[in-house]
Amino acid sequence: MRHIISVMLENEAGALSRVSGLFSARGFNIESLTVAPTNDPTLSRMTIVSIGDDGIIEQIVKQLNKLVDVAKVTDLTATEHIERELLLVKVYVNKDTQADIDKKIDDFACKIVDVSEDSYIIELAGQGKKIDDFLDALDAFRILEVSRTGVTGVCQKR
Amino acid sequence: MKLNGAKILVNSLQSEGVKHIFGYPGGAVLHIYDALDACTEIDHILVRHEQGAAHAADGYARTSGKCGVALVTSGPGITNAVTGIATAYMDSIPMVIISGQVPSQLIGNDAFQEVDAVGITRSCVKHNFLIKDINKIASTVKKAFHIATTGRPGPVLIDIPKDITIAEIEEQEYPSSVDIRSYSVVGRANAEQINAAADLIANAKRPIIYTGGGCITGNASNELTKFTKNLGFPITQTLMGLGAYPATDKLSLGMLGMHGTYEANMAMHGSDCVIAVGARFDDRVTANVDKFCPAAKIVHIDIDPTSISKNVAVDAPIVGDVKSVLEDLIAAMNTRSIQDISTWWSDIKKWRSIDSLAYKTSKGVIKPQSVIEALYDVTKGNAIVSTDVGQHQMWAAQYYKFDEPRRLITSGGLGTMGFGLPAAMGAKVAMPDMDVACVTGDGSIQMMTQELSTMLQFSTPVKIINMNNSYLGMVRQWQEFFYEKRYSMSYMDSIPDFVKLAESYGHIGIKVEDESDLKPALIEAFKQKDRTVFLDIITDHTENVFPMIPAGAGHNEMILGDRDKIEGDNQGVNLV
Ligand SMILES: Cc1cc2nc3c(=O)[nH]c(=O)nc-3n(C[C@H](O)[C@H](O)[C@H](O)COP(=O)(O)OP(=O)(O)OC[C@H]3O[C@@H](n4cnc5c(N)ncnc54)[C@H](O)[C@@H]3O)c2cc1C
Ligand SMILES: Cc1ncc(C[n+]2csc(CCOP(=O)(O)OP(=O)(O)O)c2C)c(N)n1
Repeated sequence: MRHIISVMLENEAGALSRVSGLFSARGFNIESLTVAPTNDPTLSRMTIVSIGDDGIIEQIVKQLNKLVDVAKVTDLTATEHIERELLLVKVYVNKDTQADIDKKIDDFACKIVDVSEDSYIIELAGQGKKIDDFLDALDAFRILEVSRTGVTGVCQKR
Repeated sequence: MKLNGAKILVNSLQSEGVKHIFGYPGGAVLHIYDALDACTEIDHILVRHEQGAAHAADGYARTSGKCGVALVTSGPGITNAVTGIATAYMDSIPMVIISGQVPSQLIGNDAFQEVDAVGITRSCVKHNFLIKDINKIASTVKKAFHIATTGRPGPVLIDIPKDITIAEIEEQEYPSSVDIRSYSVVGRANAEQINAAADLIANAKRPIIYTGGGCITGNASNELTKFTKNLGFPITQTLMGLGAYPATDKLSLGMLGMHGTYEANMAMHGSDCVIAVGARFDDRVTANVDKFCPAAKIVHIDIDPTSISKNVAVDAPIVGDVKSVLEDLIAAMNTRSIQDISTWWSDIKKWRSIDSLAYKTSKGVIKPQSVIEALYDVTKGNAIVSTDVGQHQMWAAQYYKFDEPRRLITSGGLGTMGFGLPAAMGAKVAMPDMDVACVTGDGSIQMMTQELSTMLQFSTPVKIINMNNSYLGMVRQWQEFFYEKRYSMSYMDSIPDFVKLAESYGHIGIKVEDESDLKPALIEAFKQKDRTVFLDIITDHTENVFPMIPAGAGHNEMILGDRDKIEGDNQGVNLV
């Protein structure tokens, strides 16, 4: 099963590689990984999406907790949570396709964040599934570049 | 007063109570060596290879229970030490390794003797640090010792750039406590877990206690002995756990696993309740996990949650320190009655009667098993025995009856050939009044003979028991059994004259070729209290270690030696 694991990490040099090293050394799967500072300047939040059976996810959580630089681990999937991912996609636009693309953008409630002579950069935030669907919808056109941030998430309860 | 970083480092080590450092100098650590020269509280032992430093610090830690300390230079110094660090890591040994690093401003520039020490060691240390600020030397040392010695112990590396050892700051007080927000040590176990386990134990009709290295690192021999004797349950130990419970006691079934005794493995297979205490269900112990303890509920006490349900699903986990958990369990069992297990014991007696450690003797030829038995007799079971890796290691585990913890010093998890001699040296430094024997093989000893030189310079007299079979015996055994006797690269031609080798290093060398000379030679060797004696004992070239669980088999599918008979309804196979 797919799990979203949220890790509060000490802002120490090398902390990130301890986590990524753990995953590769133990053969755990990483679907996506994001990391960024939090309101506490000494901590970063890392969000990892991994796929594995219950035993593997249990090991992942325990192994993460064992790292000295890890302050807290939460399996978001085990609780009510909100997950989001950000997509920036650059797509080729011309007279023939513009109306269709605009329609898709409306359908998915995306934002055009940059317009050039022959392309758009479109922004979409949402669950992974929504982003997949939007990219599928754009498949009929010429996608020039895709950049996804990977999933981040928070627990709904306090 | 202003002090340089090197002096602060050495002062910090002194504040940690460090008495011995095993190390080897080089450019990046010269300021540290200079500071050590002025320090009278710490003895430095100059090894001949950095791997030796790490193994010696490790052997020191295993025997004394204190944290071992090694000091090496940057680049090749630290890379040489990596095997020793990984060895300590796999067996959860507390150790602090200090490595020099190129000056801060050169890091990342492919500077002379630069390697990314923190990166290279990351997967084989409990934690590591690169010190970037002279003000953090003392607090980093404090943290390193705290992390290395608490919880599940392990090696911690401190990498310190040369400029940090040179810079000066005002002398500061050594921190009296550590606060690491993201590192906490497991406290007293949860009472619910204790009670759930106690209920399972109380219902067991065919129980077995399976103990490991955690009982030794956790200094829980007394509690373990009390717990076991109170219940009257059979007990078996892993290679790492030997000595935590007296091997000569009647409840002890000896070692389990790949080369465990018949009774221990059969009892595991037949058990309805396995009580695992500070052991990690290693694959050398479980054999084929699909066939592992088919009828048993499993209780598992471990300080490290990752050990629990990692390889084998556990029914009653207890996360906690063995010592306190066993105290709690003893109390919990006092309020419960246990089952009558006399039929279980009669099954075990039947398995015992097979005498799976019996071996054939033949006139004149020295049987390797008999070497360990003679060593046991001559030392009256009171020596510290380090081993290398191979058949001799298994025979040491099987035939030397360890009644006390911290007496068998062996590389279990990594299985590092070359460990034995430097580890014996470290053990002798830790316990100068004890007899220390290094049981080794002609293959393993050649990986670390240079330390014979250190042993002379620093007067660490050890008795080296070289079981010389002219083969990489353990490899030869596998080739005999599983590769149709194609002995590819397991025969060692042109083995050195070990007597001359020992003599050239200033030690005593004795060659033993006849069975009748064995005991007298051992007696003579141990009489030489202040000398290292190298006993080169020519043993039966093709002897094998039995019992053996072949790959993929279960505990009840052991290969037994040719002296043994299989009786009754057990399904042991007799391939040889
Ligand atoms: C050639 C060769 C053959 C081998 N054959 C065998 C064999 O036949 N049988 C065998 O048993 N081994 C054998 N081994 C050794 C084997 O590879 C493992 O090293 C060994 O089985 C592991 O022992 P252990 O389970 O006691 O674990 P250890 O590595 O000693 O781990 C200790 C466990 O205890 C926990 N712990 C530590 N401190 C505490 C504490 N204070 N409180 C609670 N828990 C704690 C740790 O978290 C860990 O889970 C062999 C090795 C070699 C090289
Ligand atoms: C550093 C290292 N290299 C290779 C091995 C694989 N190995 C395990 S046992 C063994 C043979 C050991 O031979 P020896 O020391 O002569 O002991 P014996 O088995 O003959 O008693 C080898 C090569 C190892 N354990 N360690």
